[in-house]
Amino acid sequence: MDFKSSDTIPGPRTEDRLPHTAEAAVKIVIVGGFGVGKTTMVGSVSEIRPLTTEETMTQAGIGIDDNYGSASKTATTVAMDFGRISITDELVLYLFGTPGQERFWFLWNGLFEGALGAVVLVDTRRLEVSFDVMGRLEERGVPFVVAVNTFPDAPRYPMAELRTALDLPEEIPILDCDVRRRASSRDVLMTLMRFLHSLALKGALT
Amino acid sequence: MTPPRRQRRSPGPGRPAAPAPDDAPTPDGAPAKEGEVRNPERLFVIGGEGGGERADIDLVTLIVARADPPVSATPEQAALLRLCAAPLSVAELSAYLSLPFSVVTVLLTDLLAAELVQARAPIVRQKVADRNLLEAVMHGLQKL
Ligand SMILES: Nc1nc2c(ncn2[C@@H]2O[C@H](COP(=O)(O)OP(=O)(O)OP(=O)(O)O)[C@@H](O)[C@H]2O)c(=O)[nH]1
Ligand SMILES: [Mg+2]
Repeated sequence: MDFKSSDTIPGPRTEDRLPHTAEAAVKIVIVGGFGVGKTTMVGSVSEIRPLTTEETMTQAGIGIDDNYGSASKTATTVAMDFGRISITDELVLYLFGTPGQERFWFLWNGLFEGALGAVVLVDTRRLEVSFDVMGRLEERGVPFVVAVNTFPDAPRYPMAELRTALDLPEEIPILDCDVRRRASSRDVLMTLMRFLHSLALKGALT
Repeated sequence: MTPPRRQRRSPGPGRPAAPAPDDAPTPDGAPAKEGEVRNPERLFVIGGEGGGERADIDLVTLIVARADPPVSATPEQAALLRLCAAPLSVAELSAYLSLPFSVVTVLLTDLLAAELVQARAPIVRQKVADRNLLEAVMHGLQKL
């Protein structure tokens, strides 16, 4: 691997360093289709400039098994943007903007399994691209809320109609947002946290 | 105009709610796991094929250096050790080093074995979430 001399690597800016007391981190996943506003949302609430982590994999044609050894492989890179919010001197929250294609999720071991929960970002011009994502989260038991990123030319549906279309149970929150605005993105995250809190209360009662 | 409609799904059979094992396809032609069938191609992580032991490292495991880079350190190891003089998540290390997550994991496995870094494990989702933790996060978000 072509690796630059370590002196040339720009690390975090002084103000982006975590205190030595930082003990543990939690994560939330923001998942949605291409161009739905994941990176914008991460950027609007993050205390650091959003960063990108990558994973590289090889793809081998699935063909017939006896042919497999000779199948040509190509390298593919999948990128994921993320940001950070310091909660206390001990606790840090990370937000990951994750592509909707589930076949890439395994690349980041435990990304969804360990997350507190997920935000499914949807665009009403292409509602159906989020169907599979939501199904996958349900299958994996990952709690999520739905945030509708309102683009100017997108069709507006009454919330009840959207809830029916998305087949969302009554308890799962769905809300409008403008991910370019910090306050709006924060409201989405707060809605997710309140939902998780209500699940925790319910779990404690049973 | 009415929107398209979907149908909700239930938690998959044999798939524990949390935490689940990773979904990495097996590289050796073993029977495909559930959900893999739809994949149009086989996917492998570089360096993940038949590799040795890997430390259990999450994207948000916080890494702190315990020592200065020894003279024997590779350039990658030395760069990583300098970056985490203060705690830094594995995701941030991957971003600053411009190295894939899996490669950083391999580097960290060696550094952990050599006791050159300390790893602070993340708090992962539990079946019944810790309410104090959720309340702390809400409080932190309110300050934004
Ligand atoms: N009008 C409007 N534009 C938005 C909004 N959110 C995002 N955009 C724009 O939509 C484009 C895509 O947003 P991104 O945040 O890059 O979306 P993404 O989901 O990260 O996209 P990919 O990573 O490419 O899948 C950008 O040009 C944004 O400026 C919004 O709420 N309203
Ligand atoms: Mg993006």
